[in-house]
Amino acid sequence: MATSRPIAVSKSNIDEIIDEDSRLTKLIYSYLTSAVGWLIFGTFIGLFLGLKFVYPDLGNYPWLSFGRLRPIHTNVVFWGWSSLSMMALALYVVPRTSQRRLFNIQLSRQALYIINVSILLGVLSLLFGVNNGGQEYREFIWPVMWLFALGISANLLNFYNTVALRKTEEIYLSNWYIIAAFIWTFVVVVIAYLPFYQHSLGETVIQGYYMHMGVGMWFTPMVLGLTYYFLPKLLNKPIYSYSLGVLGFWTQMVFYSLIGAHHFVFSPVPWWLQTVAIVFSIGMFVTLFAGTGNFLLTMKGSFRTIKKSYSLPFILVGVIFYFLASGQGSLEALRSLNEIWHFTNYTVAHSHLTMYGFVAFLIWGGIYALLPRLTGKEPSHLLVGVHFWFALIGLLVYGFALMIGGTLQGKSWIEQQPFINSVELMSSFWLWRAIGGTFMFIAHIVFAVNIVKMKPVLSKEFETEKKIASEPI
Amino acid sequence: MKLDFHKNHRLLFNTVFWGFVILSIIIAVVPAYYVNDVTPTPGSKPMTFEEFQGLKVYVSEGCMYCHTQQVRPLESDKMFGRPSAPGDYAYLKPLDDLRMTPAVLGSERTGPDLSNIGNRQPSEAWHYMHLYNPRSVVKTSVMQAYPWMFEIKEDPLPDDYIVSLPPDDAPKNGKLVATEDAQHLVAYLLYLKQAPIKILGVKEIASTSSNKTGLNIGESIYKSNCASCHQQNGEGLTAVFPPLKNSSVVNSDNADEHIGIVLFGAKGRTIDGVKYTSEMPAQKENYSNEEITAVINYERTSWGNKGKEITAEDVKRIRERGK
Ligand code: HEM
Ligand code: HEM
Repeated sequence: MATSRPIAVSKSNIDEIIDEDSRLTKLIYSYLTSAVGWLIFGTFIGLFLGLKFVYPDLGNYPWLSFGRLRPIHTNVVFWGWSSLSMMALALYVVPRTSQRRLFNIQLSRQALYIINVSILLGVLSLLFGVNNGGQEYREFIWPVMWLFALGISANLLNFYNTVALRKTEEIYLSNWYIIAAFIWTFVVVVIAYLPFYQHSLGETVIQGYYMHMGVGMWFTPMVLGLTYYFLPKLLNKPIYSYSLGVLGFWTQMVFYSLIGAHHFVFSPVPWWLQTVAIVFSIGMFVTLFAGTGNFLLTMKGSFRTIKKSYSLPFILVGVIFYFLASGQGSLEALRSLNEIWHFTNYTVAHSHLTMYGFVAFLIWGGIYALLPRLTGKEPSHLLVGVHFWFALIGLLVYGFALMIGGTLQGKSWIEQQPFINSVELMSSFWLWRAIGGTFMFIAHIVFAVNIVKMKPVLSKEFETEKKIASEPI
Repeated sequence: MKLDFHKNHRLLFNTVFWGFVILSIIIAVVPAYYVNDVTPTPGSKPMTFEEFQGLKVYVSEGCMYCHTQQVRPLESDKMFGRPSAPGDYAYLKPLDDLRMTPAVLGSERTGPDLSNIGNRQPSEAWHYMHLYNPRSVVKTSVMQAYPWMFEIKEDPLPDDYIVSLPPDDAPKNGKLVATEDAQHLVAYLLYLKQAPIKILGVKEIASTSSNKTGLNIGESIYKSNCASCHQQNGEGLTAVFPPLKNSSVVNSDNADEHIGIVLFGAKGRTIDGVKYTSEMPAQKENYSNEEITAVINYERTSWGNKGKEITAEDVKRIRERGK
């Protein structure tokens, strides 16, 4: 590494390409509308699933059954909502920080098409009960997942070339995270779908790896990378420490890769593998402190700006949840605590605190920061506030209900009470989950309204206007 | 060329790619290879065709989202059997060209573990009722019901499997017949039996749980193993599983018949004027004489029953006498 580079660089002062490209704006907006559509669909199913715990006889039809809808919920919110919305933001961030146009707009447009088709096919096959063997988050059968991977690769190619042909000398940190996330995910999908080493318990080892790399090497680095752009930009000051971000990056790659087996603590998976996973889960605190410390120290002294902005509160919440919920994950990996929480609803709380409190909130922050600048149209401040509070309150209700309930479930098993007690004691917590989920779902509807409000001007007019403007007088 | 990750994208992203590939091979591919081909636990059997079809139904309906098949070496898991061993999964293979090896281990236990369900609940009749409507056998269950795996037939064919149901749940006209899917699924569930390795889980729960929950041994065995059919309140399920409350067998002074049924099981008996077609599984392999005594005495003194209590000697005598 070059020794001459300073510890902190004013990275937010990158000059931006001047002329707005309406084609890119349109493309970003179509990524976002797809993502919002999947969010509404996916969380409507989530809500329905939540209600099934309260009214178990709701929808006794094959297509409405729990076992078929649950993977639809998780895959749609993962690949449809989170992934597409992150890519929408990356389409903005990567070219800006490279100070050039996107390498090839057409390529990303086709990628969106391919990804949407793959998710649609995936949902249909899950409805018919065709899943890849019930592995969480890789329920899509391989033809569908290869299609999805094709879409991801197209975007990887596009982003990589954009960065390779950048006009800046250095590669901005965001791009480290974003492009690495694409590379890692590609590797993860290939390893997860090759069948040769996945008979009997081999499948389980790969499942632990996949389940964790899916969230840890795709969503996490991607939103962190985006935050490394949006946060300094919105606060109009450099990131607190660039080096800390670099440290976080490398530890993310090394530590996170090794901790997949913590999903199978106490299982018949080789014991040393579990131990390695537990040790590095604790090691993740380094990454965690590097990331959150960096963000919070950047925000320090700017809390007035945060209060006035409508995107920064989302980012603040996202950063806090990144810290709390990932820290929670590290604790869940410890054998003593895993004994209480593993298999219980506590895990479900953790999934939502991370994927929702951390990932979705940061994405929302990014979208509210970006879209108004891009389209020149602002959403109603009141409705953004409604979105924020309903999502936050809903999530807190959801999370606390299941954390308390999950702990009681674990306790009841340790006391060796008859199993059915652990089902009965959950009933009020499941009701609270459904209430929290309703709040979250309402927030998503409001979010969709806000997105519609920020729709870019009809592109035709836009383009003709531009054409006229650029014609020699 | 200077080693500068900040300026050299090829270097940076090659490191990112190869670094991750190497780590993945070390932490995932190699260990997976290593357990890819374990030797089956002695005494375990491969699945028959029907059982394998049942596993496919299990996967399609997503049973593994709520049920685990891994018993951990923890006190809390003892009620489900002995700790799972790698060899227990030796027979799992990809379902077909489209679908991988099923992830039966699961990650959440909304419902109980099923590693040993074939031993814990060997009654076919119970499984059919439970799949058709879980709440007919376990009132507070939140499990999904699978009515679409059953048909109502006016005139069932002779080889149709007819599901016994209590009058309230039974169809108005015709009989409830299990489809092929249901039959395969139940075959798979009954296949799930842990091949014994040294420890006999059930006995140990009986002794440990009594210490921890303050229940006596008999009550604890009853609640974890008998109540699924005869119900917590001892009232059974009309016409399918006989009530123990006020039952003549349980309240008689001579307990030989009661002991015999528990030890050796029963099928097709008429009790208090009702004929029961479902089968009561034999318990003689599962429990010691003392444990059988405890559970029988629990039944004889609960829910208002006033049967004469028995001693382990009685159980020993009947066990030696045979059926
Ligand atoms: C309206 C909002 C939502 C509701 C009501 C909801 C509800 C649910 C329910 C009922 C389950 C099944 C839990 C179980 O099997 O016990 C579930 C699982 C899951 N959901 Fe959601 N969900 C919502 C939003 C989201 C979002 C936005 C994401 C991610 C971006 C998400 C990610 C997941 C994941 C990862 C699981 C699997 C949990 C695990 O295996 O531990 N959910 N959700
Ligand atoms: C330091 C970082 C983290 C660690 C050490 C960690 C650890 C864990 C552990 C041990 C479990 C399994 C719990 C159990 O089954 O008992 C788990 C589950 C999960 N985690 Fe994390 N976590 C971390 C961060 C994250 C992040 C950032 C996300 C999302 C972006 C995430 C998403 C999930 C999901 C979706 C599950 C549920 C998967 C399942 O077991 O079905 N985690 N995590």
